[in-house]
Amino acid sequence: MTTSRISPALRTEALEQLLTERGLVDPAVMDKFIANYESNVGPLNGAKVVAKAWTDPEYRKRLLADGTSAIKELGFAGPQGEHIVVVKNTATTHNVVVCTLCSCYPWPVLGLPPSWYKDPAYRARVVREPRAVLAEMGLRLGSDVQIIVRDSSSEVRWLVLPERPAGTEHLSEEELVPLITREALVGVAKVSAP
Amino acid sequence: MTPLLAPLDIDGLAAPPRSNGELIFAEPWESRAFGMAVTLYDAGAFTWPEFQAALIARIAAWEANPGGRPWSYYEHWLGALEDVLAQQGTVAAGEVAERAQSLAHRPISHDHAH
Repeated sequence: MTTSRISPALRTEALEQLLTERGLVDPAVMDKFIANYESNVGPLNGAKVVAKAWTDPEYRKRLLADGTSAIKELGFAGPQGEHIVVVKNTATTHNVVVCTLCSCYPWPVLGLPPSWYKDPAYRARVVREPRAVLAEMGLRLGSDVQIIVRDSSSEVRWLVLPERPAGTEHLSEEELVPLITREALVGVAKVSAP
Repeated sequence: MTPLLAPLDIDGLAAPPRSNGELIFAEPWESRAFGMAVTLYDAGAFTWPEFQAALIARIAAWEANPGGRPWSYYEHWLGALEDVLAQQGTVAAGEVAERAQSLAHRPISHDHAH
């Protein structure tokens, strides 16, 4: 490797130029890709919890009975005194999480909160008109689906167990993990099959 | 656009660095190197196992002989991408170095051109 003296920053720039010139990469599209990974590949720990609950019925029971302990089993623990309560979304019940008082967020499980989570407008409106807010975020729920808004506090942090999407029956726990987005874990989106 | 998300490794040396579950990039070039690979993967330029194998080979080569180079995940990532593209003949092995050399010698006033 005689070229290893060239800094990786320069090599990266060179490669990007070559690929762009050849029409193989569009830098603007690439920006979107990077942003997408940065925002969607975040909540890895929470995704692992959900994928395990989808594939292991016994774990699912423990998780719904005592979220804090079941999450701890996987090695993820929140700050002291923090209780994580897991609520499941079904075809007829949809939970969405908000913290109206502050921006309580089970970050060890969910990663960093999305920027809109701290937005006062989101916090106020999701309580008042959750169906409209969810629809604006791209999640249209039928009028037969009951929406429950879960307000986090310093004592209780909520985690949504989304529905496992149809068409993922053949996927393993590991294969399911990347499908689970941060949005799904707070109930503003559903999980889609790949 | 619903991009095809690459099945990134979660554990082990081939897994990208994360903090609290989030992908982290120590320097801007790391995110560009990351972005090129996932964009090309989405476009079907190579399969993920092909890239993964190249990445693991790069890491194994470094482990066998670090040669004083500190661990840098994205240096291996970039090397793996160059290897895959060279194997395909998309970008020949010498081309990147050649272009990088000319970038290194560009006038300073040109630094911010895109």
